[in-house]
Amino acid sequence: MEYIPHTPEDQRQMMESVDIRSIDDLFTDIPEKYRLKSLLNLPSALSEQDVSALMKGIGSQNKLPSITLMGAGVYHHYIPAVVGHVISRSEFYTAYTPYQAEISQGILQAIYEYQTMIAKLTGMQVANASMYDGASAMAEAVVLAAKTLNRTKIVVVRSIHPEYRQVVGTYAWSNGYEVVEIPYEKSGRLNRDALLQAVDDRTAAVLIQSPNFFGIVEDIASIESDVHAKGALLVSGFTEATSLGILKPAGAMGADFVVGEGQAFGNPMNYGGPYLGIFASTDKFLRKIPGRLAGATVDREGKRGFVLTLQTREQHIRRERATSNICSNEALCALAAAVYLVCLGKNLKNLAELNFQKAHYLKENLSGLKGWELVFSAPIYNEFVMRCPDPKTVNQKLQDEGVIGGYELGKEYPELKECLLFCATEMLTKDDIDRVVSIIMGS
Amino acid sequence: MELIFEKSRPGRGATTIPRSDVPEVSVGSIMDKNLLREDVDLPEVAEVDLIRHYTQLSKRNFGVDVGFYPLGSCTMKYNPKINEDVAKLPEFTALHPYAPADFSQGSLQLMYKLRQYLSEIFGMADFALQPAAGAHGELTGIMVIKKFFEKKGERRSHILIPDAAHGTNPASGALCGYRTVTVRSNREGGVDIDHLRELMTDDTAGLMLTNPNTLGLFERNIEQVAEIVHAKDGFLYCDGANANAFMGKARPGDLGFDVIQLNLHKTFSTPHGCGGPGSGPVGVGEKLVSHLPIPRVVKREDIYDWDYNCPDSIGRVRAFYGNFNVMVKAYTYIRSLGPDGLKRASEIAVLNANYVKEKLKPYYDLAYDRVCMHECVFSGRRQVKESGVHTSDIAKRLLDYGYHPPTIYFPMIVPEAIMIEPNETESKETLDAFCDTMIAIAHEAKGNPDLVRSAPLTTPVRRLDDVKAAREPDVCWKGIR
Repeated sequence: MEYIPHTPEDQRQMMESVDIRSIDDLFTDIPEKYRLKSLLNLPSALSEQDVSALMKGIGSQNKLPSITLMGAGVYHHYIPAVVGHVISRSEFYTAYTPYQAEISQGILQAIYEYQTMIAKLTGMQVANASMYDGASAMAEAVVLAAKTLNRTKIVVVRSIHPEYRQVVGTYAWSNGYEVVEIPYEKSGRLNRDALLQAVDDRTAAVLIQSPNFFGIVEDIASIESDVHAKGALLVSGFTEATSLGILKPAGAMGADFVVGEGQAFGNPMNYGGPYLGIFASTDKFLRKIPGRLAGATVDREGKRGFVLTLQTREQHIRRERATSNICSNEALCALAAAVYLVCLGKNLKNLAELNFQKAHYLKENLSGLKGWELVFSAPIYNEFVMRCPDPKTVNQKLQDEGVIGGYELGKEYPELKECLLFCATEMLTKDDIDRVVSIIMGS
Repeated sequence: MELIFEKSRPGRGATTIPRSDVPEVSVGSIMDKNLLREDVDLPEVAEVDLIRHYTQLSKRNFGVDVGFYPLGSCTMKYNPKINEDVAKLPEFTALHPYAPADFSQGSLQLMYKLRQYLSEIFGMADFALQPAAGAHGELTGIMVIKKFFEKKGERRSHILIPDAAHGTNPASGALCGYRTVTVRSNREGGVDIDHLRELMTDDTAGLMLTNPNTLGLFERNIEQVAEIVHAKDGFLYCDGANANAFMGKARPGDLGFDVIQLNLHKTFSTPHGCGGPGSGPVGVGEKLVSHLPIPRVVKREDIYDWDYNCPDSIGRVRAFYGNFNVMVKAYTYIRSLGPDGLKRASEIAVLNANYVKEKLKPYYDLAYDRVCMHECVFSGRRQVKESGVHTSDIAKRLLDYGYHPPTIYFPMIVPEAIMIEPNETESKETLDAFCDTMIAIAHEAKGNPDLVRSAPLTTPVRRLDDVKAAREPDVCWKGIR
């Protein structure tokens, strides 16, 4: 199947008007010996019907679980029908970045509204149009902090998502920053003493996550003033965006940047992407933050309209002196998030509470199993860590019943090798949870 | 148009949350009050309000499905609908990235094969699919080069970038800690070979070259360029943003490129979604494979799985494996077109660009009068001189005629640049009508320059005040409903 409208007669006429005899005459700038003489070694073209069958066949080699107990950075939530309908409008999904504002008012206004909602939820004054994902948003906050303060030390709490720490590590390595890791304490919260010891006047940024990778809600207010006393910037991350429905936002507790993953807001799990990186900051960084910003202004007749603004921060103008190299972001995912938030409205709080309830029911039930114990004592949102005999066998048993089990923490935390990280969202019913417990018990 | 916040009314809602079926635990009993928020300040609207709001917004937005979109360097080709349908299959969308390999054989296989197809199309040893967009791919590619030198115990200080390059190139280089040094273009629009030779030293990590370049011209001296860069053990990096020009015609790997990043949302027709999601796979030659991001999909006796054991890797550039759902669309596209279809896509893209170039040549100054690849670049300097009409005015006038304008003021080495990329999916009639409009605007510029300068007249808003937007930034609504 080709998507080319040219008839042979069209092509003949066009070749005549550009004065060529063969199409290959257009490719003579390619040195002769490099011009391909044969077709690429790829499978032959398919009709739409055939390609549809092929793709369904590939899809069918995936197995969808009946129950998912996996969170660990990506969350299974219900997506209201309106979200899919809005982002399927091809005026949105087939447009490029809104460089021509007069014919892009739709997405510009939608992004402006998205930025507003994100700023409110994170307790910040400013949010951008999105980053690639939560991890790269965190890494870009690090780069911005280091450049702003002209410092090169980054303090990272070990209870941040391992993959986020790895991404921060990659960006730090490429920029020559030093990364210092701080342990968590017995309760599952960050070790405040170790953190305060590590932060010094070379520290550009302190990175934390709440709820952290173990699902635990950090007490951000308890470290904020100490971080700032050393002149460092506080970057607070999150992976489970629905937690913003009940938790006091980091922005209201003194964080300089709130960064995180917005997938939970109306975006499917998609085997890892696309998602959207949320990036919010205080007013102070408005002219420095990476990424696109939609801003309100007026047209020649004084009518309200929206444009991409403060573009002198960006690579296409400032080139090597730009804040970041980011160009494309995740606009359509941000649109999905915006629609999701409008749809939920104040119910976001009720949804978050429901997640909290389900997770606590699962936690209570698993804690009651013989040989199982809850590892951390600090309060959780919708994820928690259990120590159990032989986690691999537990997961295998669940898999055999079509259930995706918990995240095996031993891979990234040798000290937690007998531990599983579980997640419960509103998608789990009481029956599901009871079934999980009985599968584990039945040995 | 009203903001969604202005449409909000207390007590209205667009959803109900299911009732809890588990014993209640009070949040307050478990969490300290100072960890909890008081209110969620989000709009309150009914479902019908929501749908009408976004439908109205969509009508104020221009996509490829609305009309011709010759935005140079962005490859705004038609996006086949089957790709969208396939990407929405629950087997692809509803799987958790940490699903065990047992559950994800389809997704793993798709990524494994996509890597193979891309390697074949571009003549590279292997590809990594993790980067989320083109610029992210650039950054990853430069990190891979940096890692290579580090492993060799070498430190190189700078990277060369032609003056015609996309802004992302110098920004990506800088984000990797490299100083960027600019190479001049020659009179033909290619790399100034003497200047390159002068700048290329043992301290140069490599050259980031867009080929065809941002003037839409293929680098004729590519062999010499590769030779000069490789003579100092540097790497030749290809910005593959313009890959739609040569699929099935030539392969960057054969031409001497060591690294390439692609933009699946351009060349492989996964739609751009108003600014993403994209996908920016990075391909490399044999020497650099071990430095690609982790994890890597591997196939062990017909079972696909993730391999995390890659000690020489740069690490991760984002969480998980990349924009998988975009890859599904690109994979579908490659399988639909096949080798002959991909080749023909490039051939017709190039024919269309040359057709437009020839038709408009008498009316606008061509930056470089030679055969172009998939896009052609004009300068509006004649219009400025004759009637004071600028390229931005011409672009805004195109809006009145129902077109998305070309890319303007880029590349920066062409004054008043107008960069037109028609793409293979546009018919002769569409191109003729567009060219007629461009010619009509050239006449208007002479006869009635005020009309062109006051455009657009028919859009939902008139020209917007960018200066006010930047001087008095308002990026979050602070109004009271």
